[in-house]
Amino acid sequence: MGGGLRHRGALHLLVERDSPVHRARPEAKVVALVLFAVALAATPERALAAFALHGAVLALVAGAARLPAGTVRRRALVALPFLGVAALLPFAADGPRVALGPLAVSEDGLWAGGALAARAVLGATAAVVLTATTSVADLLAGLAHLRLPRVVVGIVASMLRYLDLVADQLHRTRLAMAARGHDPRWLWQARPLAAGAGTLFVRTYERGERVHQAMLARGFTRRLPDLRPPPAGAPAIGWAAALAPALVSLLVAVGAILR
Amino acid sequence: MLAMHAPDGFLEPGVAAVTALASLAVMALALRAAGRDLDDRQVPLAGVAAAFIFAAQMLNFPVASGTTGHLLGGALAAILLGPWVGSLVVGVVVLVQALVFADGGITALGCNVLNMAVVPAFGGWAVFQLARRLLPRSAGGVVGATAVAAGASVVLSAAAFSLEWLFGASAPVPFDTVFGAMVGVHALIGIGEGVLSAMVVSAVLAARPDLVAGARDLAPAQLVDRPRVSARAFALGGIVAAAATAAAVSQLAADDPDGLERVAIEQGFADQAEAHRLAGSPFAEYATRGIDDETLSLAVAGLAGVALTLAVGGGLVVAIRSRPRAVV
Repeated sequence: MGGGLRHRGALHLLVERDSPVHRARPEAKVVALVLFAVALAATPERALAAFALHGAVLALVAGAARLPAGTVRRRALVALPFLGVAALLPFAADGPRVALGPLAVSEDGLWAGGALAARAVLGATAAVVLTATTSVADLLAGLAHLRLPRVVVGIVASMLRYLDLVADQLHRTRLAMAARGHDPRWLWQARPLAAGAGTLFVRTYERGERVHQAMLARGFTRRLPDLRPPPAGAPAIGWAAALAPALVSLLVAVGAILR
Repeated sequence: MLAMHAPDGFLEPGVAAVTALASLAVMALALRAAGRDLDDRQVPLAGVAAAFIFAAQMLNFPVASGTTGHLLGGALAAILLGPWVGSLVVGVVVLVQALVFADGGITALGCNVLNMAVVPAFGGWAVFQLARRLLPRSAGGVVGATAVAAGASVVLSAAAFSLEWLFGASAPVPFDTVFGAMVGVHALIGIGEGVLSAMVVSAVLAARPDLVAGARDLAPAQLVDRPRVSARAFALGGIVAAAATAAAVSQLAADDPDGLERVAIEQGFADQAEAHRLAGSPFAEYATRGIDDETLSLAVAGLAGVALTLAVGGGLVVAIRSRPRAVV
């Protein structure tokens, strides 16, 4: 799913603002995102009010973070393919039919599709808010704080570091091919493209070897240093305040289940 | 790619929890095994490999008549890096996609890691090893086995997804419909995946054969033997492999029909599934028209999915092809 987002690179996702959401501890924000996603998943399909409240909670947080609505909306477009699936469900599911305009669609499928669309959009938007208010370095430190194995944190770190580079190389190869008249239209004409990707793998791997040598030369001890600048300005927002919106959503979900 | 990245709330919480536990366990094992394989080099190397898989997923390749698809890379990662490091790397890619790029749900992370990393890497690796035994011990054999394994891995992912749907669907869509559609569509996607992965491995073998984990057992002399296979023959082989896998996977899924039915009854939607199988989607009709045997009916549903999608895709291609080609 080639969302437009991927092409922008991971290191340019932060929208720099001074807001309580930006200042919240990254690990608390990650936990809040997970709790919010759990609340979304737990909310019953037909609890329209609950989904509206989830949306309101999210809008409040995004508003408090002073994120431009257009940016959030554009990045949340990554959920678009799921909306396509959601749109199929009323037709693919069975059960009693209801009229939707000129069409007779499955009532259960309609609810399931609607809920799926709501969850996908809200979940993606919440993740967008996280990455728009948290720098990659902070996010990595937060993940390390949450006891994600440091090897995994290290892999994620070097992946994000070299992602733009590798993607750029691939893009340039593609461009160079097009400039020389290579415009494949059938699968069996894709060999130069694939060969380019294979070569890119070799070059990427060799880059990894060089990076490792360079890291060793600089005293790498299998543990990535915390490169975050010391926090400036207002103090970090505590756990309770950072988790509050997600906890509200959880309560809403529990309330909707019990009703 | 159809819905392979599940969003939040796509599957029931129970399935989300079980798949999360399974993925977590495999990733923990992979971490230990990868540590043994790669030592501390794993951090930057696995990182750039993950960046490569991520970039490869952005690489649009032509499918037919100007339409494009993109690599999934699970089996490719396993063959290049070994199944443990490969699944770990793709798992990290899926994690980053969900957390940083909002692609795929947070609560569906376990299911997504299972479908996109664990199943393709280990399933693809198993098929790869199997195919290696049947094919000559040469670079050509490795490339051919890669094609089969990568194609099969996509179909296996689709089958895994359908099984998860059977256990915890969020909407009452019959299993046969989901299975037929998923496996059928992905058998086609698998052709592209197989051809592309094989070409990538072929290029890596030519430059740095030591970087292909799946070819470590070959002596340098055996690697020189690189018969050139026409890409057209390749694509044809891919179609055969995809169809065979679709049929085989259907058999596996229906191996214990009683068990599946029992689960379905426990899940409480067996009645709906039974009632609906006679109505609605074409796949449902394919699955039951005059065929009482569950095993056969599933296989037919899977194959019908392949055939239907091929026919529709072929028709589209022919329709587009007759028009004069646009100047780019």
